[in-house]
Amino acid sequence: MSVQAAAHAEHPATNTGMSNVKVGMWGFLASECLLFGALISTYLLYRGRVGQAGGPIPHDVYDIPFTSVSSFVLLMSSLTMVLALAAIQRGDERRLRVWLVATALLGMVFISGQVYEFSTFVEEGLTLKTNVASTAFFVLTGFHGAHVSIGILMLLSLWGISHQGKLPPSRSEAVELVGLYWHFVDIVWIVIFTLVYLVPAPAGAGGG
Amino acid sequence: MATEVLPQRRGWTLHRPTATTGVWSWITTVDHKRIGILYGVTAFVMFLAGGVEALLLRVQLATPENNFISAETYNQLFTMHGTTMIFLVIMPLSAAFFNYFLPLQIGARDVAFPRLNAFSYWVFLAGGIFMYTSFFLGGAPNGGWFGYAPLNTEGGVLDVVRTHNMDFWVLGLIILGIASTVSAVNLLVTIINMRAPGMTFMRMPVFTWMTFVVQFLLVFALPIITVALFELLFDRLFGTNFFNVLNGGDPVLWQHLFWLFGHPEVYILILPAMGIVSEILPVFSRKPLFGYAVVVFSGIAIGFMGWGVWAHHMFAVGLGPVANSAFALSTMFIAVPTGVKIFNWLATMWGGDLRFKTPMLFAIGFVAMFTIGGLSGVTHAIVPHDTQQTDTYYIVAHFHYVLFGGAIFGLFGGAYFWWPKITGKLLNERIGKANFWLMFLGFNLTFAPFHILGLEGMARRTHTYPEGMGWDFWNMVSTVGAFLIAVSVAVFMWNVMRTRTKGEVAGDDPWDGRSLEWSISSPPPAHNFDEIPEVHEVDDFWHKKYAEDEHGRLAPAVAGGAGYGPSEAHAGGHGDGEHGGHEAIHMPSPSYYPAFTAIGFPLLAWGLIFSPALIVIGAAILLGGLYGWALEPSAE
Repeated sequence: MSVQAAAHAEHPATNTGMSNVKVGMWGFLASECLLFGALISTYLLYRGRVGQAGGPIPHDVYDIPFTSVSSFVLLMSSLTMVLALAAIQRGDERRLRVWLVATALLGMVFISGQVYEFSTFVEEGLTLKTNVASTAFFVLTGFHGAHVSIGILMLLSLWGISHQGKLPPSRSEAVELVGLYWHFVDIVWIVIFTLVYLVPAPAGAGGG
Repeated sequence: MATEVLPQRRGWTLHRPTATTGVWSWITTVDHKRIGILYGVTAFVMFLAGGVEALLLRVQLATPENNFISAETYNQLFTMHGTTMIFLVIMPLSAAFFNYFLPLQIGARDVAFPRLNAFSYWVFLAGGIFMYTSFFLGGAPNGGWFGYAPLNTEGGVLDVVRTHNMDFWVLGLIILGIASTVSAVNLLVTIINMRAPGMTFMRMPVFTWMTFVVQFLLVFALPIITVALFELLFDRLFGTNFFNVLNGGDPVLWQHLFWLFGHPEVYILILPAMGIVSEILPVFSRKPLFGYAVVVFSGIAIGFMGWGVWAHHMFAVGLGPVANSAFALSTMFIAVPTGVKIFNWLATMWGGDLRFKTPMLFAIGFVAMFTIGGLSGVTHAIVPHDTQQTDTYYIVAHFHYVLFGGAIFGLFGGAYFWWPKITGKLLNERIGKANFWLMFLGFNLTFAPFHILGLEGMARRTHTYPEGMGWDFWNMVSTVGAFLIAVSVAVFMWNVMRTRTKGEVAGDDPWDGRSLEWSISSPPPAHNFDEIPEVHEVDDFWHKKYAEDEHGRLAPAVAGGAGYGPSEAHAGGHGDGEHGGHEAIHMPSPSYYPAFTAIGFPLLAWGLIFSPALIVIGAAILLGGLYGWALEPSAE
């Protein structure tokens, strides 16, 4: 086995060609998939279950048209996020800030919708503690809302850094990373909206 | 604001720290080797704490109807013993070796995110300290290391539900989970992206491979228990219904979520030790690892199959014959890749030029003890058999054979093996052998009787037992064995202390090693490699040193084949990385922020239990730390 013979051979690639932070973000998002996976599984196990507590289940109080609109708003924020990234990649820092703020605003509209929705549900008698179905619903959607809120903080931070002139096009990857996170949170919402809101409750479940 | 990104900063961000010695240099370090040492020392201290807890349990059980400690104290001690040994000893001790040797084995100068690496350590430390403060703040966790809901939620055992003890456990594990997740992502990226030229996946040392598999398991398993813990926390603190059976909660959900994490966790605990043993055996057999590729793929197979066996922890729950049969089959099946590894280790030793140094003794001890634990594990796969064994000492015997006889023996072997690389001095061989044999004897005296006690029906987690059950003798034997283990650990500590002053200087390559860490000085310079090595095959360093003559025997490599360029000239003693010609190597600067930010977590957790004011302070530290971190200037 000759070491010398192989010494000058071409080495196969020993990295992905992606930057460390981007691979790291993908790793983090992979972990997040299981986080939401466990929460969604809990919800699916518990949807329609009230036990002896009785009370309404989430399906009794859903306002599907309203939630559809706020879902649409959140999905549109993915579009503005892409526009923000495209802006900084072609060196347009002013447009970058416009689209970052737009994305954050759309996110805030979604969160406001969630706050409004939650408070309506509470008025109609569906609280965090009503029964196991309501608990699972509020905690799952609440965790998602917390993720969106953290995303908004990151977007506004990017805006602030860019406003100070410290986010030149050479650092566009920061925007890309926040974008990955933002799109992930959007995709999770598509799953939640479908499984939690659109799929009907099991027959005979829940009370009034 | 038009300030450039320059060392001069506005007042509110800290300058990067500059200390290179003393306490501050350790608090602010981002060097993977120093962080590895911090992990190791902390985990060893926790090992002593968990050991003292075990000794108290054994004293209580030494004689029937004993009243040495109260039942409540007993509950706290066995809960903390299990939790400590798993989350605060074996995982961080493995992390110590990951941190120190993973970059060295793949020929990297550091991990992918040095500050995140420091952050992981400090969060781990904060979580450990937080959990142990429970002893002074109302009582330690007392619901067992798997904290079954709904026993500890509304409607469960009152002493557990109405006290804060288990809140410490839940919040502590959430904090530790954050530390491990961050560390796992960091090490994954390091392996994926930072290997030296030519270090393809199938040329990586097996320890690196097992590290790689473990990080995948951590990334995917930890979020599951995090969700379970949050559900439990909300039930306990805010009165939600996840595990409230009256309001529709499912009593088995916790077990599914916990064991869906918990079984991969078992492999998180054992695979690092398997990796260490796969490094030690070839070196002291002076043979390549038998079936390198098969060992690697077995590790991967264990990693995959580990996700499909969790319900064997739940055979007594009543999941039904179909589920039980499926999980019985998958559990028997996962013994196959494990068995493959054992035969590979045996074949590695077969016909080798065996040298029974202390690391080798621990490695062989690992193979033997782990095989016993593995075989008793296979007996759990048989459902009717398991129904008899569940919650008896037979189970306790099994998991101590795999976790102590397995993981701890492997980690001690790793400590003896790599000590000269870390400190530059060899641990004493004679004391090391005494250490091994005492531990081996003490271990078997302690845990072998558990098999008998379990089969005779002694239930685990019982505070005491009546006279005349036929359990007296073996319980006394076990207690004597436990103290023998304590003596062996004391011998290890004596060895360490003695080596500091009288230890033999090791040189770069005391064992005639095979992987890249042996090619650099002991201890390694701060930048690890003067020149990043080029790798051409498995065990590349070995092949740099040796060739084969025409009879297939080892012969020194032809001139010029040895070493990796200039590093050979610097052999021995450079620890500062400041020798001529290498000032240009840029290493990441130390930082205050990882340690500072980590303080936020226990404050948040104490706040959730005791006072909203602490929540505010904790959140402020966390947020401030993260922003300071993100805006920290990149150079000193």
